[in-house]
Amino acid sequence: MIRRTHPALSVWAWLVYAFLYLPIIVLVVFSFNDSRFGATWAGFTTKWYGVLFARADVREALTNTLTVAVVSTLISTVLGTLVGLGLWRYTLRFRTALTGLLVLPIVIPDVVMGVSLLMFYAFVRSGLERLGWTFDNGFWTVLLAHVTFQISYVALTVRSRLAGYGPELEEAARDLGATGLRSFTHVVLPLALPGVLAGALLAFTLSLDDFVVTYFTSGSGFSTLPVLIYTNVKRGVTPDINALSALLVLVTVVAIVAANALLRPRRQP
Amino acid sequence: MDVFKSFRSPSGGETRVLDDIDLDIRRGEFFSLLGPSGCGKTTLLRILAGFEQPDAGQVIIGGQDMTGVPPHLRNVNTVFQSYALFPHLSVQDNVAFGLKMKGVPAAQARTRVMQALERVRIADFASRRPDQLSGGQRQRVALARAIVNEPQVLLLDEPLSALDLKLRKELQVELANLQESLGMTFVFVTHDQEEALVMSDRIAVMNRGRVEQLGRAEELYERPRTAFVANFLGSSNLIEGTVLSVDGKGATVQTVHGPLRTTHGEGLRPGQNVTLSVRPEKLRMERDDETEGNEIRATVDDIVYTGAENQYLLRAGGQQLVVFQLNADIGADEDFDYEEQVALYLPPDNLVVLEEA
Repeated sequence: MIRRTHPALSVWAWLVYAFLYLPIIVLVVFSFNDSRFGATWAGFTTKWYGVLFARADVREALTNTLTVAVVSTLISTVLGTLVGLGLWRYTLRFRTALTGLLVLPIVIPDVVMGVSLLMFYAFVRSGLERLGWTFDNGFWTVLLAHVTFQISYVALTVRSRLAGYGPELEEAARDLGATGLRSFTHVVLPLALPGVLAGALLAFTLSLDDFVVTYFTSGSGFSTLPVLIYTNVKRGVTPDINALSALLVLVTVVAIVAANALLRPRRQP
Repeated sequence: MDVFKSFRSPSGGETRVLDDIDLDIRRGEFFSLLGPSGCGKTTLLRILAGFEQPDAGQVIIGGQDMTGVPPHLRNVNTVFQSYALFPHLSVQDNVAFGLKMKGVPAAQARTRVMQALERVRIADFASRRPDQLSGGQRQRVALARAIVNEPQVLLLDEPLSALDLKLRKELQVELANLQESLGMTFVFVTHDQEEALVMSDRIAVMNRGRVEQLGRAEELYERPRTAFVANFLGSSNLIEGTVLSVDGKGATVQTVHGPLRTTHGEGLRPGQNVTLSVRPEKLRMERDDETEGNEIRATVDDIVYTGAENQYLLRAGGQQLVVFQLNADIGADEDFDYEEQVALYLPPDNLVVLEEA
């Protein structure tokens, strides 16, 4: 039976969506505005996208962002998948607690993550200095910071993808003559793969648009796009920054749609 | 096969899951492990498959010591209770899995897969995915996936328990026929006594990690050795007593119902305490007052109509006895009434003497 919704409910729903998306739409529209200064419409142009890529600092931040996103996604996908598989496969004594600890980095405020990582790096640095080594905050600190929160997302998507499959699938593979490695490559991995890819895409978008944690751990001289946007906006909103933001939104949306497609509910076995 | 197995219980102590199991399963027979849940039958099956290792003892398959050999190196295949079909593979790829792992050439594998699928009458569904099949169809695929490898022993872990009654009965017959035509050794785990009786050549009744009795279905039913077997396979009336005398034709046992004759007097000596077991359908209810030998007085307590038979609950000597009477309308006495006094005849040949537990 299809129930007709009350007209007021539809209006309400439209308002909610408008509230959520209007700012983004305005941002995207004004990235095509042929005016140097913000809020009045002066005709359509794509020149800001050109201006954007002509800027050396933007190109450098883009390279930084993509490098950090790709490398951190690779690392966290491997580690997170292993965690997810471990939680699925073994009856661990503290499984619930361990799963809870995975959720923590997701729900913990970014600021706290940022500050704690900053302090942690300072702590490690002071330890290393005693041994005569040192390092600056920059690519590596940002990379590791991103991996720390990405692992949780990957592990949880892999874990939930495999929920509902019992350990007897692995036993069946072993029973049919597969070695431990082949039962992994022929049975467990193919089953987990959509979860792994979806987790990787999530991790990638998280790294791509992370601002808070990056801001705390990047130090001076290393900048990603979100940090660059923030420092630019402090001097006033310019159309090329609108264009940059619009591009970030686009990439994120594409990745999220892809991740959702991978996590589409499968028919129950 | 001769194994012990202990599991650590959560509290830290050890529980013997299997204790002194010494079984000799014959080549080509349909062998069932029957027992209530937790009796160790599945653990025993998993030891045969190689998923668990015994703490002591040996597993010998086809003359070779397989103790400690991992599952993928054993020529043994399992049909899992949950089927455990690979959800990402089609039916034929599921069935081909074992052959692929063993490196059988693709063309040859394809022929064997199709043969196996035809054998279990599921060939039409070869290109489907497991999630597009019904429970009974999945069961057949799981079976095909195991037999295609031509294992020395096929292990079946309650494979029919998830199916509805009618389908289960059909598959029982099919499975028994399949085993016969393949000539393969089947080891079948079940908690369903009827299933075991219908399908098996021999049955091992298990309880608390031990084999209580091993034998053909008829032996187990007609001559249970322990009270557990007497009650787990069908139902039984148990009557306790003391042996009065033993002679060449049997023994006389003094019970609360008076002296009762049994023809099973082997190994008994006077003064010994024994338990007699008699099946409810072997008892005969009569209305006349004359008491011949082996008759006891009883009162009808309750009557349960189950269609094919009437079940009478009788009171006698402070004990409750159960009698099944076939609803045949011929031969037997007419129906009895509540609180009616009856004479109950216990045939001496059907009074089985149980071993003391």
